[in-house]
Amino acid sequence: MTQTKSGLVETRHLLHHEPPIFEQGAAGRSGASLPTLDVPEVSASTLFGDLHRDAEPSLPEVSEVDVTRHFTRLSRWNYAIDIGMYPLGSCTMKYNPKVNERMARLPGFAGLHPAQAEQTLQGALELMYRLEQVLCEISGFARVTLQPAAGAHGELCGLMMIRAYHQSQGRFPRKVLIPDSAHGTNPASVTLNQMECVPLKTSADGLLSAETVRAAVAQHPGDIAGLMVTNPSTLGIFEEHLAEISEIIHQAGGLVYMDGANFNALLGKVRPGATGVDVMHINLHKTFTTPHGGGGPGSGPVGVVEKLIPFLPTPTVEHKDGVYHLNYNRPQSVGRLRSFFGNFGMHVRAYTYIREMGGVGLTQATEMAVLNAVYLRALLHEEFPPVSDKPSMHEYVTSDKKLKKETSVQTLDIAKRLIDYGFHPPTVYFPLVVPGALMIEPTETESKETLDQFASALLAIAKEAHSEPDRVKHAPHQTALRRLDETKAARQPRLRWMPQG
Amino acid sequence: MSKYPADLRYTKDHEWARIDGKRAVIGITDFAVHQLGDITMVEPPKEGESHNRGTPIGTVESVKAVSDIYAPLSGKVVKTNDPLRDQPELLNEDCYDEGWIAELELSNLDESKELMTSEEYALYVKDQG
Repeated sequence: MTQTKSGLVETRHLLHHEPPIFEQGAAGRSGASLPTLDVPEVSASTLFGDLHRDAEPSLPEVSEVDVTRHFTRLSRWNYAIDIGMYPLGSCTMKYNPKVNERMARLPGFAGLHPAQAEQTLQGALELMYRLEQVLCEISGFARVTLQPAAGAHGELCGLMMIRAYHQSQGRFPRKVLIPDSAHGTNPASVTLNQMECVPLKTSADGLLSAETVRAAVAQHPGDIAGLMVTNPSTLGIFEEHLAEISEIIHQAGGLVYMDGANFNALLGKVRPGATGVDVMHINLHKTFTTPHGGGGPGSGPVGVVEKLIPFLPTPTVEHKDGVYHLNYNRPQSVGRLRSFFGNFGMHVRAYTYIREMGGVGLTQATEMAVLNAVYLRALLHEEFPPVSDKPSMHEYVTSDKKLKKETSVQTLDIAKRLIDYGFHPPTVYFPLVVPGALMIEPTETESKETLDQFASALLAIAKEAHSEPDRVKHAPHQTALRRLDETKAARQPRLRWMPQG
Repeated sequence: MSKYPADLRYTKDHEWARIDGKRAVIGITDFAVHQLGDITMVEPPKEGESHNRGTPIGTVESVKAVSDIYAPLSGKVVKTNDPLRDQPELLNEDCYDEGWIAELELSNLDESKELMTSEEYALYVKDQG
């Protein structure tokens, strides 16, 4: 990116129009050259009988150069964290340090087979053991399971343990309280565990209040399984009353589940396990720099307090007399939640990051993540007022409320126009409690220059919305394809290529 | 047609009810439809099911979001608007007539007094969005 006098990113592209690979090449063209047949030929129709197909499959007939160029050209249409800022709130696209990749590719890790004998897996088990220890230290929990494959899987695991805990005491309360500022996966995890959601409304300031929780608890006497709360919430603000709320839940016999998806705003500052939270998942792919999205897989370790340890998934990694081993003898466990030992490659990356940063470094990362979000809010608040007066943590949630009143431009238009200015759009229309939401999370690694450019782009769009609204409403103008018909794509999706005519 | 027809009653969750004796046809309001944008899928309630007022009975999905439809009144679902399944755009085109969602046999006629009139609802939504 080059910076111009206007403070905006200048972009120039040479992009090819690229038809599907099925429409390229020529009859008989091939990228492979097979050696001459040196064994007796067998007739496929004799060999396969009526399973033998009548017609040749219609596969692309292309050369190696055709294929290489096709996919390389398509890749140039793409946008990635290594190209520019990715301000998706809630979905935190963090920088993935290159040293993580180097460590994950060490032959002793990359070449392992998960079915190898325990004594030949000592290094890998030691890494998992140490990762668990350090996650316990950071989060304040007694133990952590590394099995869940992602955040929602972590929620499922956490709720299974909550259910198992209640059942071990001869009870099965069903109600789980969930504020409307929660992640959308929370209610699904509840339903999968045969429990029921009780939605809670957040107050005008965006926070969950103790009164709301007290009232909901009173409505379901003896039937409170727990509370699921995201902190900071999806409004990017800190749930100030969580300690009091946790006490209310505990008194009602319930347990407190914290969705730790936004834990990157708390590292080194708050240890949830020491402040009344009983279970929490941690997204290694959001908080601890392992790749997210297409670069995944994810990893969603779950931390628990002492009394939930018996219910952790099996096996656990134990250390005794200098030897690491897998413990399958856990009669109260909720069982195995993932084939083998979870997404081990992500454990290596997260452990690398934690060891490289250290406690001081992780705390600084938290401070920078919050500072960057607060800085953007300060630059943008006049045109894009925050949805809550409470201070922003790691993300800043605003909306199209002001702009929609003054112009005909809406959130979707702003998002599309940002692409022309060289940025990936932020998360839009989420959280659902904010009409026309724009949810911006810069993360700790973005420089002041990048943040300034991003803010300049949004302010330029706000100006355009008044002076030439059609330019914003028909954006993007500079992409390989113009604005797509998202409605038609959802109502009549074309999921595969079909021959013309 | 008015944005909020006077013969209907409205809820805070943006459903409407056309009450006729012991029965009511229900749907979602013009305001709700505009908040959602282009609707891509509707899951109407199931016939024969009984629901308490305020409980989720179906869902509406748009390019922006998925939303629950709440029962504006307690009762049993006696009819649903099946064409909505294949033509969700009916809701964008005409949410008070072709885009109706279900017909209920009401179990508590007193509840209707607690719904908003067209004027009250118009005032209520002025503060929203």
